[in-house]
Amino acid sequence: MGVEGIGARVTRKEDKRFITGKGRYTDDMVVPGMKHAAFVRSPHAHARITNIDASAAKGMPGVIDVLTGKQIKADGIGNLICGWMIHSKDGTPMKMGAWEPMATATVRYVGDAVAVVVADTKAQARDAAERVEVSYEELPAVIHAVEAMKPGAPQLHPEAENNLIYDWEIGDSAAADAAIAAAAHVTEVDIVNNRLSPNPMEPRATLGVYDAAEDHYTCWTTSQNPHVARLVMSAFYNVAPENKLRVIAPDVGGGFGSKIYIYPEEIVCLWASKTTGVPVKWVADRTESFMTDAHGRDHVTKVRMAFDKDHRITGLKVDTIANLGAYMSLFSSSVPTYLYATLLSGQYVIPAIHANVRTVYTNTVPVDAYRGAGRPEATYLLERTMEIAARELGVDPAELRRTNFIRSFPYQTPVIMAYDAGDYDASLDAAMKAADWAGFPARRKEAESRGMKRGIGMSCYIEACGIAPSAAVGSLGAGVGLWESAEVRVNAVGTIEVLTGSHSHGQGHETTFAQLVSERLGVPIDSVSIVHGDTDKVQMGMGTYGSRSGAVGMSAIVKALDKVEAKARKIAAHLLEADEGDIAIENGELKVAGTDKAVPWFQMALAAYTAHNLPDGMEPGLKETAFYDPTNFTFPAGCYICEVEIDPETGKTEIIQFVAADDFGNIINPMIVEGQVHGGIAQGIGQALLEGVHYDETGQLLTASYMDYCMPRADDLPSFDLSHQVTPCPGNPLGIKGCGEAGAIGSPPALINAITNAIGTENITMPATPQKVWVAMQ
Amino acid sequence: MYNVTYHRASSVEDAAKLAAGAAEAKFVLGGQTLIPAMKQRLAAPSDLIDLRHIAAMKGVTDSGGGIIIGAATTHAEVASNADLQAACPALCHLAAHIGDPHVRHMGTIGGSIANNDPAADYPAAMLALNARIVTNKREIAAADFFTGLFETALDEGEIVTAVKFTAPAKAGYAKFANPASRYAMAGVFVARSGGSVRVAVTGAGDNGVFRAENLEAALAGNFSPSALDGQTIDPANLMSDIHASAQYRAALVIAMAKRAVAAAG
Repeated sequence: MGVEGIGARVTRKEDKRFITGKGRYTDDMVVPGMKHAAFVRSPHAHARITNIDASAAKGMPGVIDVLTGKQIKADGIGNLICGWMIHSKDGTPMKMGAWEPMATATVRYVGDAVAVVVADTKAQARDAAERVEVSYEELPAVIHAVEAMKPGAPQLHPEAENNLIYDWEIGDSAAADAAIAAAAHVTEVDIVNNRLSPNPMEPRATLGVYDAAEDHYTCWTTSQNPHVARLVMSAFYNVAPENKLRVIAPDVGGGFGSKIYIYPEEIVCLWASKTTGVPVKWVADRTESFMTDAHGRDHVTKVRMAFDKDHRITGLKVDTIANLGAYMSLFSSSVPTYLYATLLSGQYVIPAIHANVRTVYTNTVPVDAYRGAGRPEATYLLERTMEIAARELGVDPAELRRTNFIRSFPYQTPVIMAYDAGDYDASLDAAMKAADWAGFPARRKEAESRGMKRGIGMSCYIEACGIAPSAAVGSLGAGVGLWESAEVRVNAVGTIEVLTGSHSHGQGHETTFAQLVSERLGVPIDSVSIVHGDTDKVQMGMGTYGSRSGAVGMSAIVKALDKVEAKARKIAAHLLEADEGDIAIENGELKVAGTDKAVPWFQMALAAYTAHNLPDGMEPGLKETAFYDPTNFTFPAGCYICEVEIDPETGKTEIIQFVAADDFGNIINPMIVEGQVHGGIAQGIGQALLEGVHYDETGQLLTASYMDYCMPRADDLPSFDLSHQVTPCPGNPLGIKGCGEAGAIGSPPALINAITNAIGTENITMPATPQKVWVAMQ
Repeated sequence: MYNVTYHRASSVEDAAKLAAGAAEAKFVLGGQTLIPAMKQRLAAPSDLIDLRHIAAMKGVTDSGGGIIIGAATTHAEVASNADLQAACPALCHLAAHIGDPHVRHMGTIGGSIANNDPAADYPAAMLALNARIVTNKREIAAADFFTGLFETALDEGEIVTAVKFTAPAKAGYAKFANPASRYAMAGVFVARSGGSVRVAVTGAGDNGVFRAENLEAALAGNFSPSALDGQTIDPANLMSDIHASAQYRAALVIAMAKRAVAAAG
């Protein structure tokens, strides 16, 4: 590898602007005549709107207009949709209730938008929003999914009887039942996967600008996928045709999934800009973020796992109820189905698997993908069940896993996924060695002498990344393809611009993508610029989520680079009067192999653009586009081990060590990968130990600020011990599997397995707060 | 935040005069509670009277064990004051563990006491140290000053200017922090002076800071953690919320009391 090529620990090009406060985020955008929006939101979890009186608000200082849902509806703007069709097992389509950008008749969660005020300043807009008088007739609310399914529960949408959105299944129920009936041992576990708030550092924001002279809209927004935003707003919400709608996602301060979706605010601000004739900006405050950003997880699951007398798993049966909140968010339906139950084989040979998933409306904010999206839920239930089974069977938890590891690839699971490559023993061995697993009993004894309870736990996770083959996801109900695009532009002086459909909101693409170009062409990364996030600059692309930017986004760049190199070779061969097949590209030159004849890269590029001396019939210029559609998911996997000490007087857990042994396939920049794993583990520890959304029984959000919602802080975390075991992914040209979500997927069960090991009871739910641990020990 | 008129007071008298002339004045020192509340539109004073620049309200004096801490003294200044480190290190320890560095360099002892957040640390110290709260009008015993949740004996326009106490023979403070807010979920300050032991609890009581008399009695005869074995706190008068039930808080109070005694040495 070169000093800046693949495998080099290059410091991030983008960090200078981020750490010096020079990033350009949506809230930094200022356009002439810009005004500010404040939303009037429902204070009730469920209510009928009987009247909206905006007359007082309209007379407030600085107010330009107050707009309501009836007006946006009258202007033909459509409702928000879910873009992934799931059918119930009886063949009926999922029951999608109407999600109006601003509610006209019924509000269904605290924070549901009812009206918008546009005013000269943000403070004036807020002052006036407080004066919009909305009369409500309160309705009974339901918060928990299990309660929502019960007869007599409050009903959210007329389309969904008993609030049931779909009742879906995967796998062979009869085979799983037969395995359980014939089993030597069955482990049964009730699992709750706690509801989380995504909390990106930058709150959501949008700036809508309508240009009446051009009949054209521009939408600055905090998006992970600006082209998807444009497509959806154009095709489904009737905001504007694609050619008249430009979506720009500039620097974005984290997403974790919550910025995949189109929310009411983008649509309303674009429409309000046309209606009022002024550009309209909206920026969420933190409490608005807690109230309206799509939440994650929120599953309740019953698990039964069958073992034969040799401790081999013979069957798995899973019954899940998932809370999707008040409305179906853009990809919400796919998360507890194809991103979840297809991973239920884990790292293990399981001959029979069946999962039944019911999704339910409740009077809470919509739930959608959040870092890991379905795969953390699958991993948590599997790895908790494996640990509990090992304890029930009286065998070493590592040995139980080894007994059941998949070792022959490719491996077709009973739940769609076909694993292409992996070495699960390698990660398990590395993690156990790093954690000094064998030395644990002595450490526990020493802790006991200090009155502390020490525990150790592991988790062997697998996930599916690099989403995803378009035809495959299309056959499963996806409304979009999940390919990626790239354009490589070689400028006349040889510098390079890469236009990517991926979107960086913390991932470091400006560095890693440039490293790929540097590796291929031998040019310094400083001569490579990565362009992304603007539908007017970049060709259609699908964006960044599901750990796909390396495996899919970079594969598209590879394809475009292949084309650029092919043309560059032809030009160089012509200039050097050599055979095209003898041209090698290295160190910024195109050389005739085995000779000292060479043409510098920039000279070849200049020749392409002067076009004075090109091969006969060759078009001038050097710029190539490629679309890459993956042939399979990728399957990162690994083993995490966590060791904790618990103070029996207070129930407080201290994480003593955390070991992560991951197989991400080939790695472009180890430093950036380590950063992704650190952040992922921090979020996983957050879920397992600290974070949890609480609504009270009336649907008021109790965790609406950091006073009550506990984010992980540096002093909650140990130093992480990381290692990588590499089995290159055979499915894409760079052998990449993806690393963005693994930390958040693998860590919660390792931590809970350690806590339950320490306290000697399995009866604990996430987040394992000091109070819960203390109660469990009483 | 709503519009507000800001005044910088040059003296305590000036501050009182400014407040008397305003429609709805609030005094501000570090503003670590008031400013966030105003930003969230939960507080809307017409006028803010800033007391931070009044020299007479700053600093620590120790006259042979008689300690006076000016109300405008920041937590960081209390934590690092050499006289206090010698006279009552437990108070320095308490101040050093309030909030985060930002809070400690802005927040003040006077602001904390006047706000009387039921989960703030200082009220426990004031009550256990039998301190007197000095205002621009009078002195109030700590036991009479803290009257309920965010309630004090202060009259309208009355300004806390200092706190006074006699250095204890021994003192210790231990708190169990709310994982999210890092405020005390149970904070216990113990102070021993001669044969008398005072134990004050913050973060747990449903009416704010309180003295745990049964723990005081147990410790009076035997000032050691083991003296608290078997002691309990009645959960009936403790707070319950999503972070901690009254029962859990009761257990935490005993655990923190033991640690406070151990820290007192």
